[in-house]
Amino acid sequence: MPEDILYIGKRPIKNRLFIGTGKFSSNAVMKQVLEEVGPDVITVALRRVDSTSKTENILDYIPKECIIMPNTSGARNAEEAIRIARLARASGSGDWVKVEVIKDNKYLLPDNLETLKATEALVKENFTVLPYMSPDLSMAKRLQDAGASAVMPLGSPIGSSRGLKTKELVEILIHELNVPVIVDAGLGRPSDACECMELGCAAVLVNTAIAIAQDPANMARAFSKAVKAGRLAYISGIPSSSVEAKASSPLTGFLRDS
Amino acid sequence: MSYYDIYTKYKDSKWNGLLEDVSKQTIERSIYSDNVNIDQLIALLSPKAEERLEEMASRAHEITLRYFGRTIQLYTPMYLSDYCDNECLYCGFNSKNRIKRKRLSLDEVEKEAQFISATGLKHILILTGDSRSQSPINYIKDCLETLRKYFSSVSIEIYALTENEYKELVQEGVDGLTIYQETYDEECYKKLHPKGPKSDYLFRLDAPERGAKAGMRNINIGVLLGLNDWRRDIFFTALHAKYLQDNFTDVEIGSSIPRIRPNIGNFKALYEVSDKNMVQIILVLRLFLPRLGISVSTREDPNFRENLIGLGITRMSAGSTTRVGGHTIEVYGEGSSQFEISDTRSVAEIMALLEKKGYQGILKDWLPL
Repeated sequence: MPEDILYIGKRPIKNRLFIGTGKFSSNAVMKQVLEEVGPDVITVALRRVDSTSKTENILDYIPKECIIMPNTSGARNAEEAIRIARLARASGSGDWVKVEVIKDNKYLLPDNLETLKATEALVKENFTVLPYMSPDLSMAKRLQDAGASAVMPLGSPIGSSRGLKTKELVEILIHELNVPVIVDAGLGRPSDACECMELGCAAVLVNTAIAIAQDPANMARAFSKAVKAGRLAYISGIPSSSVEAKASSPLTGFLRDS
Repeated sequence: MSYYDIYTKYKDSKWNGLLEDVSKQTIERSIYSDNVNIDQLIALLSPKAEERLEEMASRAHEITLRYFGRTIQLYTPMYLSDYCDNECLYCGFNSKNRIKRKRLSLDEVEKEAQFISATGLKHILILTGDSRSQSPINYIKDCLETLRKYFSSVSIEIYALTENEYKELVQEGVDGLTIYQETYDEECYKKLHPKGPKSDYLFRLDAPERGAKAGMRNINIGVLLGLNDWRRDIFFTALHAKYLQDNFTDVEIGSSIPRIRPNIGNFKALYEVSDKNMVQIILVLRLFLPRLGISVSTREDPNFRENLIGLGITRMSAGSTTRVGGHTIEVYGEGSSQFEISDTRSVAEIMALLEKKGYQGILKDWLPL
């Protein structure tokens, strides 16, 4: 089997488990998780980064070879997301950005329209843009047309650990888009991540489920295995399921008899 | 529209009956509800729910972990001025108290800022007494110019402003507003605030809403526990927070739960609020509003604060002083603190404590745009 590599923009990515960094009990625990997973892509909230800190800076705990994808957490509209992305670039964290525009502090559901506006603007400024979104086909196509390098639909609300509740809609995105579809948010168990990968998602992004587990490093390992298993199943061709046994061909069997 | 409409709707409810008539089944359903309604809020606030605190704590713990992770945000207050035109019965800054008053000069503000910033804190809450003559908006703006150099988030806890005044401060870099109603009971409020601008109940009540309209990112409300029956006051706090969340979805709403501490005026709490009650308050707020920020200040003692971590709180103050210039200026007069603090540990000590408890202290969680 040829090596299975995901390309986002021009960057080859081997590890399809992306890691979010917001909820860990310490940077040291986060580091253990990163060592366990060996991720290619890590998202960091720029609002939390303190480059002037004398004690510790989260970026010091992230291996150099990883792609750091700052997110625009805290942005309430496109304009704020754009400003945060520019500040991130100016701070030297590269050109990748996860656009996250949230006007709804109750459910933390994204504002797709503002997300589109920010994506359009940031693509023009040569960012590699991965927008976090509610899985809506026409919006996903618009994001793709605007130059998004991938789309990141939510599985269920951030932190809810409810799993892939948006399955039907995410599946449509996978069928219809040319850019990678990465499920971000709401995955509570390794089996949720596996389900996404079996479905044909290009990758998943996980934070809460790993960060708040009793043993984050081992939970990270479990997610890692689930993502690999799901992906392998997907590229191996999953047989369609059926409740009944398929012993004969009741409908077309007559063709053989003639 | 105003929160006053909602307050008016519920203020004359037969509270004693409501809180007593709660059934065990309703409490059970409320603890495990994904969407706690008003009847269920009352059930969780009831004395009977005290028997179920452990279960409530377990749910609150789980919800808080999911939405806030293993993190606690830290901040510290900075008192700019203690001149005050009010006569709030419970406050050390009461204008009748004969204390030597002080307002920081800009140089002194800078020194305090340097001291606090050296602890690593990037979030600051600035406070003044209620005096438009001694600490006018322009003075606060001048202070902000200095503070912006040291902090990535500045919140204000000052006298109630108009929407336009809040806008002016937002433009100068203020992103958070803390303003407590002290008590929602209008009659009781009037007795406790006999004189001065703060005696205007409605102007105070609508201040959080004006702040939200003016573009504040964070609004923090609360009552001073001990002034009135806490169950009623927490009911109205919870509804106020929900009202703000519903109407200003892009603003992060939080609540503090300050309990009366000894102060120079020797005001004693009118109603007892026990540690057990405090725990119930935190759990009720968390179950009713899963994403509400909940702050606990250094008013509470170290041991109690430690035990609250994990129950639902999301913010703690650290390295606090409640005196103007308390970090860098020698005591300039007797009893010039607003109230006595109880947890005197430094930022570094609180960070270490959190780490020991399996939590990460967050010193920076915003960046000025």
